[in-house]
Amino acid sequence: MAFDSFSAFVVMGGHGPYVWTCYGVFFLLVALIAWLSIRDRRQVVRSQQREQAMVSSGQADTARRARAGGGFQRIPTTQNESISKS
Amino acid sequence: MNPARKRKLTIVLFLLAGVAVAVGLTTYAFRQNINLFYDPTQIAEGEAPVNVRIRAGGMVEEGSVKRDPDSLKVQFRVTDYSSSVTVRYEGILPDLFAEGQGVVATGQLNENREFVASEVLAKHDEQYMPPEVSEALERSAARAREEGREMPQY
Amino acid sequence: MWQFFHKLGSPKWFYGIAGRFMPWLLGFGLLLALAGIVWGLAFAPRDYLQGNSYRIIFIHVPTAFLAQSVYMMMAVAGVITLVWKMKLADVFVRAAAPVGAILTVLALFTGAVWGKPTWGTWWIWDARLTSMLILLFLYLGIIGLAHAYSDEKTAARAVAVLAVVGVVNIPIIKYSVEWWNTLHQPATFKLTEKPTMVPEMWVPLLLAVLGTYLLFGWAALYRMQTEVLRRERRTRWVKELIAAGGGSQLKSRGA
Repeated sequence: MAFDSFSAFVVMGGHGPYVWTCYGVFFLLVALIAWLSIRDRRQVVRSQQREQAMVSSGQADTARRARAGGGFQRIPTTQNESISKS
Repeated sequence: MNPARKRKLTIVLFLLAGVAVAVGLTTYAFRQNINLFYDPTQIAEGEAPVNVRIRAGGMVEEGSVKRDPDSLKVQFRVTDYSSSVTVRYEGILPDLFAEGQGVVATGQLNENREFVASEVLAKHDEQYMPPEVSEALERSAARAREEGREMPQY
Repeated sequence: MWQFFHKLGSPKWFYGIAGRFMPWLLGFGLLLALAGIVWGLAFAPRDYLQGNSYRIIFIHVPTAFLAQSVYMMMAVAGVITLVWKMKLADVFVRAAAPVGAILTVLALFTGAVWGKPTWGTWWIWDARLTSMLILLFLYLGIIGLAHAYSDEKTAARAVAVLAVVGVVNIPIIKYSVEWWNTLHQPATFKLTEKPTMVPEMWVPLLLAVLGTYLLFGWAALYRMQTEVLRRERRTRWVKELIAAGGGSQLKSRGA
């Protein structure tokens, strides 16, 4: 410990206000970076969750029909023939 | 790397080089304005204008500080170890002001080539050390002076 | 090498690998930075000339170093955006710019508060302080430009050009104290020479510098992940990720 007592540590030989202001602002702004980053992440995740919830409830109808019909519908194509012909 | 990318990279590098040259030339042209202060040699050689607000900077000469006992008036010499200039000032000096320490003063050169300062700032170097180390260095420097040998620069 | 480069271009792969690195960066970053700060504040000896006000160095130097390093990383990312059109490079610039701006504000602020008791002034228009202020304006310009265009590709290109061009300011900041007369003293830490400090002072300073670099690494990856999620929200892997874990899992991956 470079100081004799806790009060000497706080006073810092008269430079306390300067030193503690700097450290205070440092931790404040570092916390600000963390808060902004976490807030951004939450916003992105929440808006996406809402959108997905909306889409799935809107599609519930179609989905039910699709399940009843056995999932994907088979669509006949003529791709192979056209490739072999050309 | 494919030719298109190579071409793009060349363009980017040329752009960067162009900006660098432009900025370099500009700062070179304005170098005297970018310099914060004139050093004592420049003042002695007459490079610094008289009766114009300028800054002067250097080291406070050892043993040159004269304080007026009745007021805040103070006079000292600022040196760069080849020339020096006398500075007059009235006001509170910064805590770090001391003989052998750096200062930057704002003010005007009068006709007698004395610098009349309205503000004095302290300039410190990049060395940091505990008080004990500094005292030990001073002791060994004093011993070296007594024995008449050159002290290596720390 | 090229394969790694292409893999890095895959947002999904990046999202996963970033999540694996982040806990380590955050843990070691906090450990080193706090150790350096506590050591510097309470245990390092006081300076023979400045007394205790010099203890501001333990945050001033890390933030000032990092503010410049982040800008250089952004300039490299800018070149990658312009030449190779890699989207992750643009994601990095967007994620890093606000952090860099706050770091520059911190370097300027701590410097001003330190300047008052040592030099006798909060601010002076010397080359070091002025070029650092220009760095702040470059960061603000990049942030503003990134939001000025609605088209992602145009914005990416404009931001990249500014990031690349502005990098000429970095050597000016670094060498300002040698090229011109300044009030600011020359560097204490140099790559090629011994620091002009005793070890009881430079070891905590080094710890604080390394810690803040690691913490920046965490913040950059976390913010890049967010930007990747936003850009890739229409893809299947993001939809599955959000449907499966929701916010909580994403948050725990972040921390």
